[in-house]
Amino acid sequence: MEVVRQPWSWYVAGSVIGLIVPALLILGNKHFGISANFRHACAACFPANIKFFKYDWKKEIWNLFFVAGILVGAFLASQYLANPNDMQIAPALASELEDYGIADTKGLLPSEIFSWESLLSLRGLVLLIGGGFLVGFGTRYAGGCTSGHSIMGLSNLQLPSLIATTSFMAGGFIMANLILPFILKL
Amino acid sequence: MANHHTPHPMQHIPDTEKTFVSNLDANDYEVRSLDTICINETVLKHPWWYNLKYLAVGIIFGVVFVKAEIISWFRMQEMFRLQSFHMYGVLGTAVIVGIISVWLIKKFNIKTIHGEAIQFHPKKSNKGQIIGGVIFGLGWGMTGACPGPIFAQIGAGALVVSVVLLSAIAGTWVYGYFREKLPH
Repeated sequence: MEVVRQPWSWYVAGSVIGLIVPALLILGNKHFGISANFRHACAACFPANIKFFKYDWKKEIWNLFFVAGILVGAFLASQYLANPNDMQIAPALASELEDYGIADTKGLLPSEIFSWESLLSLRGLVLLIGGGFLVGFGTRYAGGCTSGHSIMGLSNLQLPSLIATTSFMAGGFIMANLILPFILKL
Repeated sequence: MANHHTPHPMQHIPDTEKTFVSNLDANDYEVRSLDTICINETVLKHPWWYNLKYLAVGIIFGVVFVKAEIISWFRMQEMFRLQSFHMYGVLGTAVIVGIISVWLIKKFNIKTIHGEAIQFHPKKSNKGQIIGGVIFGLGWGMTGACPGPIFAQIGAGALVVSVVLLSAIAGTWVYGYFREKLPH
């Protein structure tokens, strides 16, 4: 139990995530992907006569069960298997974040950004609402996210998925190193 | 197999709408090839609770997300600043295990548990993978979460992330609205 409560290593996590690819294929011919659920949500709730959202989302309901499972699994892990110790983060990152007033590095998420109070500040608003918007817009424009392209697509040796993954990383590097410092100063 | 079960929800859809859906598939460019939508359509009709198997796989995924700290904003910042190997290890291992799995499925012609052939569909290149990909990456660098971890962060108790989720759905909606005008 003690081992399970400690943070899991990258090779254990990577192996389990990699095995989700064949698990979904063998359980029902499903291709691993998450971001399409945003589209199903649009199709189910606000199709607004937009062609892109006029399809039978009920046929894709397995995907909604899959993300519901992610929610439940994360709840169970944080309730019953939580790491009793503080997070270990890179000292360089910790000291940089301290300059921006982010000192809570104990948990998985900094409370200075991920809290309802933060949502009332310009910084929190830009990060959570702006960031979420770009994730939803960008993943659908790219035709998939880290799951659909970087894991499923690369597993099937698809060149478009390699291009997409490279672009994801490029965007992340640009944001974290060049733009985020300005947002965190807001 | 299909005869023993209750009718699939699809069967209740009026014929007019069915026709529309199939027309859409034929006309709307890239809908079938780009997304997980409408790919690998099974001909088998199952009762809804057959979907619980995907819930079970999702639960395992959610546990790993939390336990390997993949939902952590800090781990993503470390990854994009080259301050930690952890996330590269996770993604690299997942891809290698995935490649071997897909190769084995193709080589031994492994079937689903319901006896259907497993199908793969090639993805088509377009500008969206670059433009959309960079846009997603920018958002990923801000929220520290790609779509899967958004759900896991909410499950792990960060309820404010539901705002991120709603915003992501809004982003997808806006993409759908402007889709025809965007370069692909």
